[in-house]
Amino acid sequence: MISFSAVAKRYPGGQEALKRVSFSIEQGEFAFIAGHSGAGKSTLLKLIPAIERPSSGAVLVNGQNVGALKRAALPYLRRNLGLVFQDQKLLYDRSVFDNVMLPLAFGEFDSREAGRRVRAALEKVGLLAREKANPVQLSGGEQQRLAIARAVVNRPAVLIADEPTANLDASSAIEVLEIFAAFNQVGVTVLVATHDEALIKRFAGRILRLAKGSIVE
Amino acid sequence: MKSWLRQHRQAMAAAFGKITAQKSAAALNALVIGIALALPAGGYALLASLRVATAGAALEPQLSVFLRVEATRAEADALGAKFKADSRIREVRFVPREQALRELRTIEGLGEVVAALGNNPLPDAFVLRPKSADPEVLETLASSVRALPAVALVQANSAWARRLGALAGTARLAIALLAVLLAFGLVAITFNTIRLQILTQRAEIEIAKLIGATDAFIQRPFLYLGALQGLAGGLVALAILWGSLSALNVGVAELAASYGSGFRLASLTPGDALALVVFSGVLSWFGSFLSVSKYLLEIEPI
Repeated sequence: MISFSAVAKRYPGGQEALKRVSFSIEQGEFAFIAGHSGAGKSTLLKLIPAIERPSSGAVLVNGQNVGALKRAALPYLRRNLGLVFQDQKLLYDRSVFDNVMLPLAFGEFDSREAGRRVRAALEKVGLLAREKANPVQLSGGEQQRLAIARAVVNRPAVLIADEPTANLDASSAIEVLEIFAAFNQVGVTVLVATHDEALIKRFAGRILRLAKGSIVE
Repeated sequence: MKSWLRQHRQAMAAAFGKITAQKSAAALNALVIGIALALPAGGYALLASLRVATAGAALEPQLSVFLRVEATRAEADALGAKFKADSRIREVRFVPREQALRELRTIEGLGEVVAALGNNPLPDAFVLRPKSADPEVLETLASSVRALPAVALVQANSAWARRLGALAGTARLAIALLAVLLAFGLVAITFNTIRLQILTQRAEIEIAKLIGATDAFIQRPFLYLGALQGLAGGLVALAILWGSLSALNVGVAELAASYGSGFRLASLTPGDALALVVFSGVLSWFGSFLSVSKYLLEIEPI
């Protein structure tokens, strides 16, 4: 599904974020990218939707070398990946419902079908009752769940989350991870980067441990 | 096809949404564009009005032929017949010296002067309208008439006509230059407003790129916004033009009435007005296209 072979990433300025990283993740897997901040977790995740491109090596998603994709092909790659960020990247000038609607605006759905999908996604994260609220009215945990709803509304095969629980208290963090686990149950490949060891222990998943840009476990 | 139409409808709705969200800014932009366009459009309308006013008399060349004072009426009649037979001349008008004196007398202030003259000092005269307006043809005709023995003086008004024509041509050129300059200005205005719009929506654009929006999808609302702003600016220009010409016409009507004329400054024809609005819309679209091509590419999610 996703495979890295000898991937290195050097940022302009010489900082080497990843050093010849190789691994592969099968369809339906649940994997944690563990490690301290600065270990290269974010860089690794950014290579999958081609937000960053590798300096050397190849990143394959469904057999496609995403590092070599043309700019015009990127939107179609990203529509098949659900992305969740530490700062949820929500739009605060529109309602919860409209935030989740965003990825469907450029899809092929008519507005009734799109509305149905948005409500289904909101229901899965337990925010259906708040659909008319503005994201600022939501708690941190609810905002992160909203970001997850937006990531899954297109029913992507892969869910990628970068420190989704960093700003949350323990119980909200567990709620968020339980949502990921539920999607994994129905066949979605889930990749979560986190530095929270307690959380990793709580959930059964494969662990890829990064330190100073290399996989150590 | 259906989803393509839906996307355009959504982009249009988004553009309208942006305008209603920032009413005063949108109104100011339309005003700036309107004023920029009203200048050359107003010049064009004024020139068109003047051309209508002067088309009848001034630009048609005439030759005034004055006979010698001692020439007899028989000589004048012979000359008249000769002119009528000339294929280069379209119309011959004979002005007998008595009529010329009568006309002179009706001019205010000159009545007494004419009365003081013992006898009529004026010669018989012809006014000739040549078929061709070509200055060269006019010149050869004038010199051949001048060579006739009974003729004292030939006056061609072609020089004056030529000067007026040249003046009108210069004015047209100046207005065209102004229009070109302001067209560039208009493109620059929309380029900049769309740039600001893109910068304020940076977060939204970044997110749209992250969740798989194509460049075309992200660009569309901005292009619609630019085009709508241009169309609104074109309408404002028409309103400014109409208001100014109505105000000017109050004075013009008074002036024209004192000359016994019903002359008015005409506004643009419906076709010209439509062209102005469309032109404004297209230029603004182009300005936003340039802006979008430059700045949207620069925004990349990090």
